[in-house]
Amino acid sequence: MMRAVLTAIALLVVGVVGGLIGLVLVKGLPGVSGSLLWSAAERLGEAGGLRPVLTSTVVIVGGAILLVVPIGLSAATWLQEYAPPSLWVEQVRRLIEALAGIPSVLYGLFGFSLFAVGLGWGWSHLTAMATLALMLLPMVIQTGAEALRTVPDELREGARALGATRWETVRYSLFPAAAPGIVTGVLLALGRALGESAAVLLTAGGDLRQPQSLLDQGRPLAAHLYHLTILDADPNRIWATAAVLVGLVLIVQLTASWLGARLQR
Amino acid sequence: MKLRIEQLTVDYGGNPVLHGVSLAIPDRQVTALIGPSGCGKSTLLRALNRMHDLYPQIRVGGRVLLDGRDVRRLAPEELRARVGMVFQRPNPFPMSIWANVAFGPSLFGLAGRELDHLVERSLQGASLWSEVKDRLDQDARGLSGGQQQRLCIARALALEPEVLLMDEPSSALDPGSTRAIEELILALKERLAIVLVTHSMAQAGRVADHLALFVGGRLMEEGRPHEVLGRPRTEAARQFLTHAT
Repeated sequence: MMRAVLTAIALLVVGVVGGLIGLVLVKGLPGVSGSLLWSAAERLGEAGGLRPVLTSTVVIVGGAILLVVPIGLSAATWLQEYAPPSLWVEQVRRLIEALAGIPSVLYGLFGFSLFAVGLGWGWSHLTAMATLALMLLPMVIQTGAEALRTVPDELREGARALGATRWETVRYSLFPAAAPGIVTGVLLALGRALGESAAVLLTAGGDLRQPQSLLDQGRPLAAHLYHLTILDADPNRIWATAAVLVGLVLIVQLTASWLGARLQR
Repeated sequence: MKLRIEQLTVDYGGNPVLHGVSLAIPDRQVTALIGPSGCGKSTLLRALNRMHDLYPQIRVGGRVLLDGRDVRRLAPEELRARVGMVFQRPNPFPMSIWANVAFGPSLFGLAGRELDHLVERSLQGASLWSEVKDRLDQDARGLSGGQQQRLCIARALALEPEVLLMDEPSSALDPGSTRAIEELILALKERLAIVLVTHSMAQAGRVADHLALFVGGRLMEEGRPHEVLGRPRTEAARQFLTHAT
């Protein structure tokens, strides 16, 4: 009986998610074309293509990932491998968990005050990039620390018993063993960054010209979709833009599971 | 004597596990540490290469001398290169067979052709070369349990240690692989001191030159295997041996 109920719930969940993705792709894919992807935007994005939007997406999301991965993994390594077990470290862990749960719009507000106003970067790719990096940081730390935690102690002791220092143990024994979890975590963060709208709406500005510098304003995909929706743009264009976004997120997620499984072997 | 243990005490977060153990480990012989579970034999073994340093809650007192020198005066990395260790369960790194064996020496800067030769020599020393020589680039985790354990021995041998600590190295292996490990131990003692923790009295009888029997964190008996196993002097040792054999 319980088994049937659980199966029904699982099928319902899969059905809803599958239906959502299916709907976006069915309604949007017919509108996706080479010219939509590569040509410049016109009339506030209601006509023309997505080139500046895709450029901003790649720059902002890519930059955020490049910023967050080294910092996040260093913090994860410190927490998991170096920090002595203490109440203080436990509080840091809790704080990171709490930070992961903060709504992204608050990161947007914080990023705007700190980077746009405080540091004078204004609405720009750089501001959005730093804000996204900050937003993803707790997630990357958590998944990185978790990946390191699951490495059996035998590998730690094995490396130390061969004369490796703590850092050599982390670098040559633990990172390779934790790689599947670390890579999956980073790609999930990438997926989240691609789909993020609130934090970038408040920090990237909304310009649709092809960006020339990191201090130019920009409009990444999720934010562009939001703008199109409130502008009441042509529904076909909205669905097509949504399909591009969903396609990108799907590619990242599928890459995450494929790479995770491949590294596991 | 290769190693001399003097009044060694170990406690785990306030719980004493070893109470003032003194023992000498001769060179080019197999010294087997036996005793019931929890008697402190693995704890003693891990004090010899300072593995306890990795855990801040563990306190070690007394002295361990390697060739007359207190091991605490050596850098832990240097000590562990000189005193190798093989664990109860094979623990190959998630990398190729070659990279596993090269791991230790490359940390100390060895590279190129010299390293290739050393990897080959170590695998030969662990009686594994003929089985893996055509697949050195394959993932070490694909080997059988017995082969993985011999790989771990080869990995330790690649540092050309003077002492090899083995913590129940065949307890997770089938009888065939256990025999291979025992033959290897007998071959290796020609060139280094071996300290073997084992649960098996039969194994201790087959490979050990010297036995040390522990009960409750204390050294109860030591001597030649036939003396310790055949004519125990203490009641605690007699009781353990009656139940163990």
